[in-house]
Amino acid sequence: MAEMPIIDPEKCNGCGLCVGVCRNNALILVNNVITIIEVKECDWCTNCEAVCATGAIICPFEVVIEGS
Amino acid sequence: MPVQLEFLKSIPYFSELNPAELDSVVRFIFERTVERGELILLEGEPTEVLYFVASGAVKCFKTSVEGKEQILNIMLPGDSFNDVSVFDGGPSPASTQAMGPVTLYGIRKKDLEIILQHHPQISLNIAKVLAGRVRQLMSLIEDLSFRHVIGRVAKILLEYAEDRRDSKPRLTQRDMAAMAGTAREIVGRSLKALEEDGTIRLDQNRIVITDKKALSEMAGASY
Repeated sequence: MAEMPIIDPEKCNGCGLCVGVCRNNALILVNNVITIIEVKECDWCTNCEAVCATGAIICPFEVVIEGS
Repeated sequence: MPVQLEFLKSIPYFSELNPAELDSVVRFIFERTVERGELILLEGEPTEVLYFVASGAVKCFKTSVEGKEQILNIMLPGDSFNDVSVFDGGPSPASTQAMGPVTLYGIRKKDLEIILQHHPQISLNIAKVLAGRVRQLMSLIEDLSFRHVIGRVAKILLEYAEDRRDSKPRLTQRDMAAMAGTAREIVGRSLKALEEDGTIRLDQNRIVITDKKALSEMAGASY
């Protein structure tokens, strides 16, 4: 299963900004809480994290050295 | 869950103790579990507990009046925190927050004093831990004072990729910004610039260092 941004529903205030900036339409609001619907389409642009004022959605990176 | 003696031995504070001595220390240790995002210590609050990370990762940070966060350190299993307050009796000099589910081992100040009376050889280890902390904070001051942001980001990426510990958390751009003392947007731009230079590749949720030598040069000669 593809990795996906991590959502903390308790922090989500349902503002919907992340839905608007997701260039792959991977996010929707369900019962006023952000939810991922199209995981395969997420290209980890991190726009959703950038606009989230409450820190409810985060896109963490693993850092590796090529070939190690 | 009972405190594991083997794990206790791996903590720098207690590395000189033999099994019987470790056994005598265990009774002073209590376990605390913390959820992701939970604040463990709040800057300025009085506190009397020395903590060791048993599992997970904890960030230690200061916050400006405007709400800007500066990460001082990320503690992984075996690392201690709140040493300063426990030894100087002052309030917590920084806040600490769980970066994921975390298990902590705690020792109260009064119990630590008993342990030190019975096992004074621990003192040298504590001095080593605190000296290491001073060295790390001096390095942070150097970074914030003398390195350009892109150099700081390069250094963070290199240090992070070379840290082989299993429990290190993945980093968000916000985490990197708080470590580098800058804004998240600047980290985003730095990552893009590094990718354009060919030193890294952004591969979905992985930052792949493709030219370690060039990235090291960017991070500064002292790295």
